[in-house]
Amino acid sequence: MRWWAVLLLLCAGPLAASETIVAGLSQNRVAITAQYDGSEILVYGAVRRDAPLPKGHPLEVIVTVEGPATPLVIRRKERTAGIWVNAAAVTIDAAPSFYAVATTAPLEDILSATEDLRHRITLSNAIRAIGISAEAADSPEFVAALERIRMAEDRYRMSEGSISFVEQTLFRTDVVLPSNLTEGDYRVRLFLTRGGKVIDKQERVINVRKTGIERFLYNTAHDEPLAYGLASLLLAVVAGWAASAGFRLLRR
Amino acid sequence: MQLYLPIAEVSVNVFLLLGIGGVVGFLSGLFGVGGGFLITPLLLFIGVPPGIAVATGANQVVASSISGVLAQLKRKAVDFRMGFVLMAGGLLGSWSGVSVFAWMTQLGQVDLFVQLSYVLFLGLIGAMMFFESARSLLRARRAGSVPVRRSHVHTWVHGLPLKIKFRASGLYISVLPPLAVGALVGFLAGIMGVGGGFILVPAMIYVLGMPTKVVIGTSLFQIIFVTGFTTVVHAVNSHTVDMMLALLLILGGVIGAQIGTQVGLRLKGEQLRILLALLVLAVAVKIAFDLLLRPAELYSIAPLVLP
Repeated sequence: MRWWAVLLLLCAGPLAASETIVAGLSQNRVAITAQYDGSEILVYGAVRRDAPLPKGHPLEVIVTVEGPATPLVIRRKERTAGIWVNAAAVTIDAAPSFYAVATTAPLEDILSATEDLRHRITLSNAIRAIGISAEAADSPEFVAALERIRMAEDRYRMSEGSISFVEQTLFRTDVVLPSNLTEGDYRVRLFLTRGGKVIDKQERVINVRKTGIERFLYNTAHDEPLAYGLASLLLAVVAGWAASAGFRLLRR
Repeated sequence: MQLYLPIAEVSVNVFLLLGIGGVVGFLSGLFGVGGGFLITPLLLFIGVPPGIAVATGANQVVASSISGVLAQLKRKAVDFRMGFVLMAGGLLGSWSGVSVFAWMTQLGQVDLFVQLSYVLFLGLIGAMMFFESARSLLRARRAGSVPVRRSHVHTWVHGLPLKIKFRASGLYISVLPPLAVGALVGFLAGIMGVGGGFILVPAMIYVLGMPTKVVIGTSLFQIIFVTGFTTVVHAVNSHTVDMMLALLLILGGVIGAQIGTQVGLRLKGEQLRILLALLVLAVAVKIAFDLLLRPAELYSIAPLVLP
């Protein structure tokens, strides 16, 4: 009997740690070639547990994919002298260029507000806007506008219930990366929650890089701007002349 | 077929780009305008960032202008002397225009400034051209016969000193008005980020009194240098020329310019002018509406540029 009690104590203490994520990505590298037109990444995994499935709240999974963040200016137009003019502006220190959240159930049911704040899971928490209130009185509206615009562009996505979760053990979801992708490291985070609490998390990185001709043109434009500019000009001159010469031949 | 643009960082349809290049090139060959005032809004519309649209648009205009000039050259419809005088004024003007542009950028109202310049100048010039060419078309129809043939119209311009012979245009006028026209166009080009053909063409016809057929070739000739200069400056200063995008626009553009030139040869001067006037007015009205109507989305996002 004593033996059982010890085991029970061991289980009760680090209960949170007794269920952990084992995760994988179908690819951890995306090459942007000239033909690049979006890609699909499969995020999959399983829950490893030392004890049998505990009773109570069911286990849930949240997956976020986050692109490199950049500083932004959000401007609002106002009517001045009959025309619409950019008036108020708010600076956002770091807004992800891409952000997708996938879950097994509606987010508010499976994640508490404090846990969200701690792990910056929902969109509004992922967008860091430090010290913006000084610039405009209604800065939350600006952040909401950012979310709205980027949602419409399919840069920000919230797909609740899109993770398939079998027997509270195996899960998988597809994350579609858009075709207007920015270069950089994309952070994939996986959270395991129970009763609104995060009990385990894992992080992976997808490396998004231009390759081939894309890489070459981008590097040349930044490293040798004058040569690049002159080359663009030469391209235009040659093309203009070739078309003219070609049409002359055609008409002959 | 989609193509990922390395500098613009967007994926776009290849045939759409060829089509845009073709349409703008066609108009360029037809009217002798560079098409900068068309290509920038079109590229913005398909999701290319503004800076890249302006810079790469300039690069495309170089190609279609060359294609157009070569076609005009065979008809001896390019006044090189006039072109060089305009260009001298243009460089001066564009330098001051770029300075004003930089100042407006600092104030944070450059978009508004550019849009207002578009509405003002396109509207004014479009309306002027439209009424003039409509009047002469009507006059020609009412007379039923050949209107009074004059190689050019005599104005106050012809009384100024420092006269030079512009043989291809059949003009013997002072060098000052072309210099001033060049400077004004260069200034506006610097502000609005366009080649300035739509201002240059009417100015050459109405202020300098050049024959319409010579105007097109000469305007294109001058535009090559203005936009070529712009392309290199943008490439060096802001790395915003997307060569992949330029290549596709150019391919469509040079072919369009050749077809446009051929169509232009079959049209009368008045017809060409009234069509250009309508096009210019349409763009002006569109931009005016954008300013006057409540936009669907009041907010806009721009990358933060550190000073």
